[in-house]
Amino acid sequence: MAHEPLTVMAQLSVSATTKAHLAKRQRVDRWVRRILFLAAALSVLVTVAIVYILLSESIQFFRQVPLLSFLTDRQWTPLFSDAHFGILPLLSATLVVAAIALLVAVPGGTLVAIYLSEFAPVKVRDTTKPVLELLGAIPTVVYGYFALLFVTPLLQKLMPELPGFNLLAPGLVMGVMIIPYISSISEDAMRAVPRQLREASYAMGATRLQTASRVVFPTAFSGIAAAYILGMSRAIGETMVVAIAAGLQPNFTMNPLEPAATMTAYIVQVSMGDVPHGSIAYQTIFAVGLTLFSITLLFNALGLLLRKRIREVY
Amino acid sequence: MAAISHIDPKEALAVKARVEQLSFYYGDAQALNRVSLDLAERRITALIGASGCGKSTFLRCFNRLHDLYPESRYEGQILLKPDDINIISKAVDPLEVRLRIGMVFQKPNPFPKTIFENVAYGLKVRGVRDRHFIEERVEGALRQASLWAETRDRLQDSAMTLSGGQQQRLCIARALAPQPELLLLDEPTSALDPIATANIEELLSELKEQVTILIVTHNMQQAARVSDFTAFMHLGELVEFGDTDTVFTTPRQKKTEDYITGRYG
Repeated sequence: MAHEPLTVMAQLSVSATTKAHLAKRQRVDRWVRRILFLAAALSVLVTVAIVYILLSESIQFFRQVPLLSFLTDRQWTPLFSDAHFGILPLLSATLVVAAIALLVAVPGGTLVAIYLSEFAPVKVRDTTKPVLELLGAIPTVVYGYFALLFVTPLLQKLMPELPGFNLLAPGLVMGVMIIPYISSISEDAMRAVPRQLREASYAMGATRLQTASRVVFPTAFSGIAAAYILGMSRAIGETMVVAIAAGLQPNFTMNPLEPAATMTAYIVQVSMGDVPHGSIAYQTIFAVGLTLFSITLLFNALGLLLRKRIREVY
Repeated sequence: MAAISHIDPKEALAVKARVEQLSFYYGDAQALNRVSLDLAERRITALIGASGCGKSTFLRCFNRLHDLYPESRYEGQILLKPDDINIISKAVDPLEVRLRIGMVFQKPNPFPKTIFENVAYGLKVRGVRDRHFIEERVEGALRQASLWAETRDRLQDSAMTLSGGQQQRLCIARALAPQPELLLLDEPTSALDPIATANIEELLSELKEQVTILIVTHNMQQAARVSDFTAFMHLGELVEFGDTDTVFTTPRQKKTEDYITGRYG
């Protein structure tokens, strides 16, 4: 009795029309698979090509400038007759701006995420989330001029000594810009915490805040850490805001109240000028690009490692 | 159990909680319809009935867990003795209720923390700081949940390293640590194997010396084995309630008989 349906199916599959249909389906399936593979392969290929060009041009650069002086020289003056190729001034500016941005974005993004995921009524959440995501749709050049023409003058009212170009204003603005990235990913991670864990906490008499801080946040922390790392990568790689508002003078400083060029701002500056192809000035773009790439790669690898180590199973 | 069957429950036993005309609504949908029963102090009361009959809904009224979700509405009252506060009254803070009533869920749901931190959680959210007292209560609760022997040397391990049965006993220890007056269990063994189930059942029989227990189960043998009183629910209504032996041997209602003899459900 139990075999009967199987027999019927076997009879069906040998009939000619079904066979042709099956062959067609398999053909379509094969093609779809090929196209999808091509799409995936293409993106990998492009990445490989970028890394290849970065490396090959950088090798040209490091034939002329020893790595040691690149890493230790305190001056970056590739276009001067007395050329110095020390990455430190660009690196320091990049790190100062990124640090200021993260000081704003990490607490801000985390608090927004906790509020949206644990406290906000459904209505508030449903309206706030799209608005926050809209912040991410604002072109970064707008943020740049916002920093230069609004935030810096505002800061100058508090600190009259502050120069028109400085690291503080773009750092703060970039922080605000990154908040939606961090809050969105963190909120997703917190919403993914199983309902049973929240109920367990509430059933123990915990308040909302206790449940959020002692159960939901630690449980979702691997995802939240990923959000932080992503935010950090963005802060380091962000270009327009700093190119517009931080100034284009390489300046080896840790003082956020001074103007300084970041790595990305330098690349913009040199790319816009007419630097002869193949010259040492041209190759600096790639050397700086490689440095930038290595730093973000390092952070991403760190993030991956961190996630694996602190991963909480639930 | 045999000792109880010949005692009239309402006369001989103290009442821990009195449910009067309890109705509950999810939005417009009524899930409970005027349920009334008494929970005897330091006894086990079992709630049985087919899926969707409202037994879990009923259980979750006791610690106001429904309040976590919008559009839930209670009617009637649940009076918790000795002070006769009405658990489901709007005037009563659900936090206060949950501090007095513990709960164990269907699926073991330990926090991704250490074994120690799991059991200490209820004390810590109450603001208990005294390290010595916490340690004492953690050990006490783990002993009550017969988990101490297995975990005493690994209190700092993650609770996730425990087996399913151990995790559920950990959840029982977690619920017991703040010394609740009433312990709610929502099908606590449905995700466990028979041996782990037997362990939990034995544990419940020991625990009733100290705490009043209300357990939801869809396993009728379990209700018959562990409980002193049984309530049979059907479509949000209480069909029959009495001491377990009577309900299982000479049910008054035809529906109860059909259910316990396996004719439906």
